[in-house]
Amino acid sequence: MSDENEDDIVLSDLADDDLVEQMFDDLYDGLADEIREGTEILLGRGWDPKRVLDDALVGGMNIVGKDFRDGILFVPEVLLAANSMKSGMAILRPLLAATGAEPVGKMVIGTVKGDIHDIGKNLVGMMMEGAGFEVIDLGINTDAETYIAALHKERPDILGMSALLTTTMPYMKVVIDAMTEQGIRDDFIVMVGGAPLNEEFGNVIGADAYCRDAATAVEVAKSLVSLRRAS
Amino acid sequence: MTDTIISSANKEVVIGFDRPFVVIGERINPTGRKLLAEEMKAGDYARVQSDALAQVEAGAGILDVNAGIPLADEPAILAECIRLIQSITDVPLCIDSSIVAALEAGLEAYQGKALLNSVTGEDERLEAVLPLVRKYGCAVVAISNDDSGISEDVNVRFEVARKIVERAMDHGIPASDVIVDPLVMPIGAINSAGQQVMHLVRRLRDELKVNTTCGASNLSFGLPNRDGLNAAFISMAIGSGMTSAITNPLHGNLMQAVRGANVVMGHDAECAAWIHSYRDPDSGEAPRRGRRGGRRRRVEKH
Repeated sequence: MSDENEDDIVLSDLADDDLVEQMFDDLYDGLADEIREGTEILLGRGWDPKRVLDDALVGGMNIVGKDFRDGILFVPEVLLAANSMKSGMAILRPLLAATGAEPVGKMVIGTVKGDIHDIGKNLVGMMMEGAGFEVIDLGINTDAETYIAALHKERPDILGMSALLTTTMPYMKVVIDAMTEQGIRDDFIVMVGGAPLNEEFGNVIGADAYCRDAATAVEVAKSLVSLRRAS
Repeated sequence: MTDTIISSANKEVVIGFDRPFVVIGERINPTGRKLLAEEMKAGDYARVQSDALAQVEAGAGILDVNAGIPLADEPAILAECIRLIQSITDVPLCIDSSIVAALEAGLEAYQGKALLNSVTGEDERLEAVLPLVRKYGCAVVAISNDDSGISEDVNVRFEVARKIVERAMDHGIPASDVIVDPLVMPIGAINSAGQQVMHLVRRLRDELKVNTTCGASNLSFGLPNRDGLNAAFISMAIGSGMTSAITNPLHGNLMQAVRGANVVMGHDAECAAWIHSYRDPDSGEAPRRGRRGGRRRRVEKH
């Protein structure tokens, strides 16, 4: 089933460029141990942690995200890829914190009050992490007070809300209205998603974007954050 | 053995332990169907009608009707759809909404004994929906989750189901009018999702003596060739004792799996329905192929 040379690849023998290419493949194939090893080798060669993150891990997850969007990769494969990215991140995170490197952006995400569906929300969170965002996950059944407390505490770029029911999706407006009341609505980008939602609903409740799937969420998040930082 | 009777003005369908499996057609649902949502919101029900007839033709025993459109008058649209569908087919309906006012509007418009979809295990929900079930004498789908979420512990889900059945009986609703949905999770994210359902179905049947249903297509979320996987799942679920499912009868593999499982379970006397469907070797639907092409540089890992 496997390439005949697969067992012969010794990561530490590869030149930097080839190693990064190999890590793209290993992320794609969800190989957590290999990603951990590759991350350590690059750091050992004097790479800056931020460069390892951007060039090796985020670069590889970009390929995963594109192929997921295009229907070439499927959910279990994306979960494996995200999990292998995490094994590299576990090494990089303390180093990034120590050097004060800025993440691509920061997101607070949660499923709204009354709603317990979390698979879509988790996928978005993982794909956002894969794109280099820092993600704070508030879990399911999140009320407005919890969202707003997290916004104050974490100061993210983005608030993401998910709902899978027609009865729970109006709660997104409750949260946005509470933000407006407190005068903090425009301090954050608000993105919403979930099966029963649509573009029109996103507009009416005053969100900045409705995203139909996890790959779209990443693309929209990147462009909105860079727009905001440019202005 | 337990029978749940669902009816229209002049037709009965029985969901039961020793009966052929009942497919509840899921297509009349605007969630994820942008065009249908826009049409329904604008009062154009041509597609609702054609979807209804196509599903009946394909073998649906009951039709689910959902009008969950964002920013629309869901109770009015649901009632309108129910009246319309009952005027063109005598197949009984499953009235589907997460909004109590829409459920009531649907029941008010319905002729016969409907299946109501659904009630969950939260107290507030139980006290809002069960009085409707009692008032209109319908049957109800009970979903085994509550405000603590969907537990991955099958014992917790079983206890939620038990609570709903007991509360229904407190309201004067017989257990035979409660059809429990044990919750089908995406197996691409939760590897034990299939085993959980089969385990729960057996217990629900043996201990609570209730019929069961599920959103069968959830299992294959995020995977290729969903039709093929759904078909494999449905025949195994039937083997474990499930008695109905809310799913898409227009998928040929699925209906073939259901008909085949009915034969294997001994619920198709003299194999009459099977023979009727496949007597002419050219009439069986060709299995659909997975739609996805080759993969890119991927190494299989075992």
